[in-house]
Amino acid sequence: MTAVTTAHPAGRRTTRDGFRQVLHAEWTKFRTVLGWVAGMGVATLLVVLVALLAGVSSDQKGSPPVPIGPGGEAVTDTCYFVHQPLAGDGSVTVAVSALDSSIPQGLGDLRPGVVPWAKAGLIVKESTRQGSPYAAIMITGGHGVRMQDNYVNDRAGLRGPVSAASVRWLRLDRSGDTITGYAGTDGTNWAEVGTARLSGLGSSVQVGLFVASPQVVDGMGTTGSVSTAAFGDLRLHGGWTGGEWTGELLGDHSPSFAGFPGNGSGSFTQSGGRFTVTGAGDIAPAVRETLPTGGTLNDILTTGTFAALIAVIVVGALFITTEYRKNLIHVTLAASPRRGRVLLAKAIVLGAVAFVAGLVGAVLAVPLGARLARANGVFIFPVTPWTEMRVALGTGALLATASILALCIGAIVRDSAAAVTSVIGAVVLPYLLIANPFMPASVANWLTRVTPVAAFAVQQTLVQYPQVASHYTPYQGYYPLVPWVGLAVLAGYAVAGLAVAAVVLHRRDA
Amino acid sequence: MRPALHAEWTKLRTVAGPGWLMLGMIAATVALSAAAASVVTCAADGCGGDPTKLSLVGVVLGQAPAAVLGVLVISGEYGSGMIHTTLTAVPHRVTAFAAKAITLTGVVAAAATIAVLGSLLAGRLILSHHGFTAAPGRPALSLTLRATTGSILYLTLIGLLSLGIAAVVRNSATSIGVILGLLYLLPLLAQAIGDPHWQRRLEQFAPMSAGLTVQATTDLGSLPLSPWAGLGVTAGWAAAALVAGGLLIRTRDA
Repeated sequence: MTAVTTAHPAGRRTTRDGFRQVLHAEWTKFRTVLGWVAGMGVATLLVVLVALLAGVSSDQKGSPPVPIGPGGEAVTDTCYFVHQPLAGDGSVTVAVSALDSSIPQGLGDLRPGVVPWAKAGLIVKESTRQGSPYAAIMITGGHGVRMQDNYVNDRAGLRGPVSAASVRWLRLDRSGDTITGYAGTDGTNWAEVGTARLSGLGSSVQVGLFVASPQVVDGMGTTGSVSTAAFGDLRLHGGWTGGEWTGELLGDHSPSFAGFPGNGSGSFTQSGGRFTVTGAGDIAPAVRETLPTGGTLNDILTTGTFAALIAVIVVGALFITTEYRKNLIHVTLAASPRRGRVLLAKAIVLGAVAFVAGLVGAVLAVPLGARLARANGVFIFPVTPWTEMRVALGTGALLATASILALCIGAIVRDSAAAVTSVIGAVVLPYLLIANPFMPASVANWLTRVTPVAAFAVQQTLVQYPQVASHYTPYQGYYPLVPWVGLAVLAGYAVAGLAVAAVVLHRRDA
Repeated sequence: MRPALHAEWTKLRTVAGPGWLMLGMIAATVALSAAAASVVTCAADGCGGDPTKLSLVGVVLGQAPAAVLGVLVISGEYGSGMIHTTLTAVPHRVTAFAAKAITLTGVVAAAATIAVLGSLLAGRLILSHHGFTAAPGRPALSLTLRATTGSILYLTLIGLLSLGIAAVVRNSATSIGVILGLLYLLPLLAQAIGDPHWQRRLEQFAPMSAGLTVQATTDLGSLPLSPWAGLGVTAGWAAAALVAGGLLIRTRDA
């Protein structure tokens, strides 16, 4: 008895069937099967090749440049602007008594309609250059008084629509770099709406009235709109003394401006202090729908990632079902009787390889695809290096999680055909549905919350803006869940799969 | 040939898998078609779109079980070693392979007929509640007939294409990955491509987007291919896969 114990020292015994050995055994199995290694290689290759194809085939050559805002984001900077240059500090006030919008119905037949984000008000803009810094106070078609600055910032003021019976008074004060917006109902009592700090504003700025009228969401598509506002009592105070007002349509050649509906045009009329201004377009961050020449890293990666998913799902399922088919599972379980550990070791090895495959694919695909697309005139929505890193790591994690899910289903059903079919089905079907441009936004967004395709959110690079009306759907590159939460949905399926597979593996005869 | 056919039919009939797959195909096709038909609504200025094609959209999903059956008919035998018995019983390998193809054709075509007619009926019933009853919403009978028979043929061809691919690849999981990738990935790739010329080329070439042009009954001018030519492309894919599979079965060690 003692002799046996000394022959197998306790320490050595534990290392023998320790977890490291199980892991090593699984790694050896994986790397020595050519087909599995090749499958992972194919996954990487698919990510890269599809990105190259998407880049090479894009065709936006000669498209006009996209205006870039002060924060580096793509913007749309189109409006009818009645302005004059004013130097130093000062103040401007105006009364808005009407904001009426028209939307084309059928073929160019303009009818009165509601454009929630139609804008009319006062603006202080560094210059008439596209994408220049600004601060504005405005009345909107359906969101009351707003103070907006530098395209992305938006603050709410007085509620309710404007009309001759409820006139809205607007005021903008400039003091150095600071612009303060006020609103009121009588022209004497003012409530501050917000303050904007526009860094690097020169002494002379363009000050005046503006009217913008963005596209409206109409069923599956969008329609252009045109809006007219009536202003009265336009007055300059403080250090500002008035000159001649000139009107012009800013950014009429911008790629995000689809033109006036019904062959209209922007205009303004002046009689004393009263102005009637007609305009279209929007001063806001650019969204995917309004920028037809735009592209995202998402576009470059997602289709290739989808292709790679099929490859890693096949490898993941085979990694365990092959053991059952070749009866190697008996040897595996005899060598390591604690079955849950075997499953865990397989998941770690498989997940690590799939992660590397996805990461390498994304790291190669993003710069190559983006460069080719840019060379073909596509404007890639700018991203921070952190976002780019998240997209690359997330692509690896997406492939890893999906392959682990396939492994678990393989362990549960033990049949490769059934495992591959069910996992691919669980990914392909919702993906096909969300990749369909005609899918209603509610259905598409629901699918990207609850099904495994939620994980594609990890590749999104676009931001939704509440102050811009658009179809924020996965097809356009907007996901309802934030990136890591989306991935967590898929991870949840994988963890549930692991738990069920561990129980089943433990209970069932191998 | 007849004993070989009888043997294949017996193999297919006596395991549960094929029956479930065909039931799955019918259920998937009808369910997706009905769901799609119930989602659409008619705009005030008339019903756009193609009601027949819409009623048959479930074929996009129903082709997956058909493809899996096509794969399992042969790769299942490689997996279990049954292929040795099969080829011992029918030493002329091309005959054995042809018997598989014929049996598969019969089974898939029969199930596809039920699936397609069921979809069409469901679509008609649901769409008529959505205002598609007006004359412009009803295409000519001959066009509907073409869409119907075309869809049945399409599903059958997908089964045969899968059989051919599985005969080449042998491993069932890999075969299913390859065939589902071929069917679903290529149309997505066409979406990812920006250049309309390349896009059209890919749509003319991909087995799914080309083959499903046979379902169109309106707006025929905008199709990448004429309907029957599109189905011809799918048939070409199936024929090429079957020839490659047949040759490899003849020359390779089982």
